[in-house]
Amino acid sequence: MPLSFETRQEIESALGRYPERRTAVLDALRAAQRERGYLSSDTIREVAEILDMDPSALVSLVTFYDLFHDNPVGEHVIMVCRSISCYLRGADDLIQYISERLGVPVGGTTADGKFTLKTIECLASCGTAPAMLVNERYYEQLTRERVDQILSALASSTSGKATATGGAQ
Amino acid sequence: MADIDVYEARGGYSAARKALTEMEPAQIVDLVKASGLRGRGGAGFPTGVKWGFVPKGDMLKYLVCNSDESEPGTFNNRELIETDPHQLLEGIIIAAYATGCQRAVIYARGEFALGAERLSRAIGQARARGYFGTSIFGSDFSLEIWLLRGAGAYICGEETALLESAEGNRPMPRSRPPFPAVVGLYGKPTLVNNVETLCCIPHIVGRGAEWFASIGTAPRNTGPKIYSVSGHVNRPGNYELPLGVTLRELIYEHAGGVPSNRKVKAVVPGGSSAAMLGGDQLDIKLDFDTLAAAGSMLGTGAVVVMDETTCIPHASLRMVEFYNHESCGKCTPCREGTMWMVKLLRRICEGGATSADVDELLRIAQAIGFGAPNITLCALGDAATSPITSGIKLFREEFEYHARHGRCPTETQWPTATHGQERRGDMPDLLTNIPPYMLRDETKHVVPSVPQEPR
Repeated sequence: MPLSFETRQEIESALGRYPERRTAVLDALRAAQRERGYLSSDTIREVAEILDMDPSALVSLVTFYDLFHDNPVGEHVIMVCRSISCYLRGADDLIQYISERLGVPVGGTTADGKFTLKTIECLASCGTAPAMLVNERYYEQLTRERVDQILSALASSTSGKATATGGAQ
Repeated sequence: MADIDVYEARGGYSAARKALTEMEPAQIVDLVKASGLRGRGGAGFPTGVKWGFVPKGDMLKYLVCNSDESEPGTFNNRELIETDPHQLLEGIIIAAYATGCQRAVIYARGEFALGAERLSRAIGQARARGYFGTSIFGSDFSLEIWLLRGAGAYICGEETALLESAEGNRPMPRSRPPFPAVVGLYGKPTLVNNVETLCCIPHIVGRGAEWFASIGTAPRNTGPKIYSVSGHVNRPGNYELPLGVTLRELIYEHAGGVPSNRKVKAVVPGGSSAAMLGGDQLDIKLDFDTLAAAGSMLGTGAVVVMDETTCIPHASLRMVEFYNHESCGKCTPCREGTMWMVKLLRRICEGGATSADVDELLRIAQAIGFGAPNITLCALGDAATSPITSGIKLFREEFEYHARHGRCPTETQWPTATHGQERRGDMPDLLTNIPPYMLRDETKHVVPSVPQEPR
């Protein structure tokens, strides 16, 4: 199934937004990922065609940046910061707790397809550590209790896409 | 301060107006030189001198604002962008005018969705008042601005990797020379400045170089600095203080001291790329020259405090893992070296190592980092070795103990400590201690889709 009209339109408009077209590549990939959840080789080929770029150039970007997923992910991608300041304030404990609660290891996706658990490096949230990024939104000053609340709220929400922001800049 | 009316009511954009209508570009460059301002992004290079490198003349030039803040421990750019985006925009207008750049680009890290939204709104407001576009403030100066977003890569904070990323390429640092001032974004002369650096500019123009230089220690360590304090303190947060405040004052008077009055064991004074200091060095002044003389650096001014429950080999491992993950892979010493440092350090932390491994670890670190000149294109490789060389220098016996026993001496002394991580109930409730603007109510904080940037 091809990318939706809206996504294609978003990519087209990104192409005219910057001093040079190629600068729009990250916005384009972000738009495609927002629709598809992750960037499969088919999706990458489609984006490459719109951008008139070689797909391998896009693959090298998708594999480089942490916010792009090259494998299927759940509806909500939970990325817990593991860098030094979060580590000092209990990130490892939190990661283990979320992993147990969801019943998946880091990198895994729950059977119902709701959640993927990942770790991420420093989010610039060190003063409000520990922190995580879910669907492009920050959650900070986490405790087990707050994680419980957040996960419950997300589990009952319809889609991560509803709260996702960003991209088209 | 996110709204332009609030910003202008407090004198916002008056410095830009003054600069564009009453001052010559060269005068502003001289003013910034006289202020003693040094780059706040990590390297500490004199800002006015850097501006002076931008070629004069009528060619197309770019000003790039580096907002790819990703250095572990650092979070002041994020707050500056989210809470006061117009201050940054005003700094950009003045800097672009002073260096003759007709185009400006803000590169924000991909994770900063909220910051990008607020910046985008601020740009729209400023443009609507004619602060971007043609004939700004009735002068003959024109400036166009774009906001770009990254997608999660520490290396994009390195200025040439940032340019590669902005051009849509795999973000690997370029070899220098030529420097960006000569060949930068899209091959044009480009000035790259950090968010905090640019935020100093309106104040220098508005209040004068003497005012700025009267803060801190003239002539080489002037002005205010936003210290990001995190880790084992009661009130983590951003503290704007005169450059050269002592570590002791910062930790105990501003950041509320260490939980349960435990002792400070080690401090990273400038982001995890800076060499650790010991708990007996709390009277050190946190400025460029003092920290450099002590074998460390001010870096981004990110102060990470580790109390006596912290296991230094584990903390070092966590910091080196970061660099291993973020190494772009272009230069062999950094790509392979960070991997081997992680492997060895993991073996030391988890058991099965010997004390020869500690020496080997140090040997690898010295082969990549600072001591070996010009073997990598950027400073990431150097940075990756700091936690190891400084950790072993200060706490060698801990590394040796770990290697010999496969156990943690800190854990033996602090049975409830999990390698220095927070123990539940031992930390005060953060929510009662942080300033109100840092509080985020997730239930109300649904970020709408980012509006299209008006052109």
